[in-house]
Amino acid sequence: MSEILTIPIPTKTEPSISWTEGSPILENRCPSGDLEKRWTRHKDSLRLVAPHNKRKLEVIVVGAGLAGASAAASLGELGYQVKVFVYHNSPRRAHSIAAQGGINAAKNYRNDGDSIWRLFYDTIKGGDFRARESNVYRLAEVSVKIIDHCVAQGIPFAREYGGYLDTRSFGGAQLMRTFYARGQTGQQLLLGAYAALQRQVELGNVKVFYNHELLDVVVDEGRARGVIVRNLITGEIHRVAGHAVVLATGGYGNAYYLSTNAKLSNATAIWRAHRRGAFFANPSFVQIHPTCIPQSGEYQSKLTLMSESLRNDGRVWVPRTPGDKRAPQSIPENERWYYLEEWYPSFGNLVPRDIASRAAKRVCDMGYGVGPTGRAVYLDFSDAIKRFGREVIYQRYGNLFEMYEEITGESPWETPMRIYPAVHYTMGGLWVDYNLMTNIPGLYAIGEANFSDHGANRLGASALMQGLADGYFILPYTIGDYLATQLFVKNSTDTAAFADAEKETRERIEKVLSTKGTRTVDEFHRELGKILWDSCGLARSASGLSEAFSKVRELRERFWQEVRVPGTGHEFNQNLEKALRVSDFFELGELMIVDAYHREESCGCHLREEYQTEEGEALRNDNEYAYVAAWEWAGEGKPPILHKEPLKFEFVKPTVRSYK
Amino acid sequence: MRFTLRIWRQKNAQDQGRFETYEVDGISPDASFLEMLDVLNEKLIHEGKDPVAFDHDCREGICGSCGLFINGRAHGPLPNITTCRLYMRHFKDGDTITIEPFRAKPFPIIKDLVVDRSALDRIIQKGGYISVNTGSAPDANSIPVPKPAADRAFDYATCIGCGACVAACKNASAMLFTAAKVSHLAMLPQGQPERRQRVKRMVAQMDIEGFGHCSNTGACAVECPAKIPLAAIAQLQRDFIWANLTPDPQIK
Repeated sequence: MSEILTIPIPTKTEPSISWTEGSPILENRCPSGDLEKRWTRHKDSLRLVAPHNKRKLEVIVVGAGLAGASAAASLGELGYQVKVFVYHNSPRRAHSIAAQGGINAAKNYRNDGDSIWRLFYDTIKGGDFRARESNVYRLAEVSVKIIDHCVAQGIPFAREYGGYLDTRSFGGAQLMRTFYARGQTGQQLLLGAYAALQRQVELGNVKVFYNHELLDVVVDEGRARGVIVRNLITGEIHRVAGHAVVLATGGYGNAYYLSTNAKLSNATAIWRAHRRGAFFANPSFVQIHPTCIPQSGEYQSKLTLMSESLRNDGRVWVPRTPGDKRAPQSIPENERWYYLEEWYPSFGNLVPRDIASRAAKRVCDMGYGVGPTGRAVYLDFSDAIKRFGREVIYQRYGNLFEMYEEITGESPWETPMRIYPAVHYTMGGLWVDYNLMTNIPGLYAIGEANFSDHGANRLGASALMQGLADGYFILPYTIGDYLATQLFVKNSTDTAAFADAEKETRERIEKVLSTKGTRTVDEFHRELGKILWDSCGLARSASGLSEAFSKVRELRERFWQEVRVPGTGHEFNQNLEKALRVSDFFELGELMIVDAYHREESCGCHLREEYQTEEGEALRNDNEYAYVAAWEWAGEGKPPILHKEPLKFEFVKPTVRSYK
Repeated sequence: MRFTLRIWRQKNAQDQGRFETYEVDGISPDASFLEMLDVLNEKLIHEGKDPVAFDHDCREGICGSCGLFINGRAHGPLPNITTCRLYMRHFKDGDTITIEPFRAKPFPIIKDLVVDRSALDRIIQKGGYISVNTGSAPDANSIPVPKPAADRAFDYATCIGCGACVAACKNASAMLFTAAKVSHLAMLPQGQPERRQRVKRMVAQMDIEGFGHCSNTGACAVECPAKIPLAAIAQLQRDFIWANLTPDPQIK
């Protein structure tokens, strides 16, 4: 295969990370009073739009994953006129489809003591006390309705022989509250939302535009008024006006190049919104998933996740002797180090993801890693196969075992899986208030695209829950409160704001096409990914981040001078799409580094090497950092502005998170 | 590993299209088929040529985006697998590999190996759902579903909408795709109220889109990455006859 070109970077290391501090955020529309009554009382206080008026209001939804499809379908049911834009060739392709493990809900069908309070507590503790109490409680509250609705849609969840729903346990919880559909829960839930969306299309309430990518958000007199989209087949640029704009465009894990995200997942929509004034919250909070198939070569285009559910029955270990090259099956029991079970006896292999990922890194750094690169640990099913038999294990994980074998050529039935952490999910995202609205009136962000509910670490089976909570049960209520004020606004694309946004978009496309350099977009993206992974990944330090900041800036400048994008803007051009997305990852990458640098504490996924306990656990600093860092774009090349939203804990007491 | 690739190149829907031949070398046997094409495209860009357009996204076999017709078979030489889950170790060093788009009248070519499969979405629009509005559902456990029925519903529900069944069929029939959705919902109590209408309307749309008829050769099920069983088609046929020939008991 062709040699991967590495791009030489001059060693210029003066730390240039800087930011300015703006006013704190004091208004987030979170209700006060009893936690259990907050959402109900808030709903009752929201403005309503009468059915005959809903027909006059146009809502633009960008993205049709779990959050976008469920929101668009529900808004269509309510009677709003909805336009959905997806860059895929069908709304069913969104990356939610790849979620494997399950969806949490506080149903307590197991009679094991689950409750809304417990799901709330586990989620806020799992997030290392860096999320809002009001939001997380609401999430736990509506989780119950999600399962009801999905079953009514015909989603074939796993069932017991009596015909009732089955559940299983997941990381960070001591209860069995995770509903699942074999290893394809995300697929089934997305297809449910997709089908609901198609029903609204058939009824004429929703129009879905395939192969259309958002390239800018139009903000006029401080309000979101529409979007600029590009038809990916013809290259045409269109202006689209709406009374409100909902971004449901997912996370930005692909900034790292190698991640478990689908290849097309990107940050362009939220980044363009950020450049138009929307605050970006906690950009450095990136979840690194402990159980992924390790990288095997430079040609690799993505990393494949092995569901966290595998840790229910799989045991994680490394040989007790560093560098032990024996086949895993021939290493006797007493020479195996089950380090998670040893370090965290009460949660064992089911510690939260950030802890499991860091532990894997730690044992590999200590030289205990296995496999050709020494950057992997074993995930072993032999005990579970002995205990339950092959049939039961096949029922639970059959498709995952097959997928592992296809990719690696090794069978998990015979030999333990080799796994290593990989970038998986981004807790950070656009800042939103309790109504899921950004600081730009009329601009909403839902699902992974917002920052709201997971704090500094997301628990397994909570992403599906949040996406559907936002789309089915929160946004349809809260958006009406804003739309009620827009009834007499006449939408028009014939404004200076639209003209400017369109012009800037055309110029950006022209600029990247006319560079005609010598390096491909992927070469730059790989390089960016490596810088971010090394310095802003599993562990971060002030010196590493400073160095990375200059490197990213340097690389970004080179990108605009040396990138080669073939073809034109007036045709189907996948390299042009990629170039525009990667150019946004550069700017976002810088902000991620600034955020990681500024937060001088460790919490959840964010481990600053300077701030850890003797045992290598995260050392939080609640006195100084119990806030959401919401960053404002200050202009090209200018230091971003930090707005702090203080986190108040009235009902739970932030404690040192212990899973021992 | 080294390969000679014969790839279908077509600038746009209007262009006539033709095969062009490319060489790639130094491919790892552990690289996926799409990663091999990535390597080719990087090379083409460096040579100042137009890279090959192909659909892809999740690269783990679930999104249904990728779909190449490789050496005369949908998704390549292995049965029941997507193109992204095909690895180069399944080819011989020095092989010549012919790569085409999924060909069917209802799947117009957009560019090179990319086709428009929105016809499948329009079939779903005609009833591939249960009409329930958000907020109106009863408690999830209020209607028990026998496990065998739920398991079969799941088997049918796993369709990824890639269109390999259409590409593999000599009649370009979308029967397996349509049958998967009809059968999934037919297994569940929630799917019963709309069962008759669903099968009639979805089959009618299949015809409108220009998909051919099913002649039960089973080529679709051999290629289907989701392993949708042929039994789905039998289920659809039964439902279709029942819906058309028997009076609807719901209408008194």
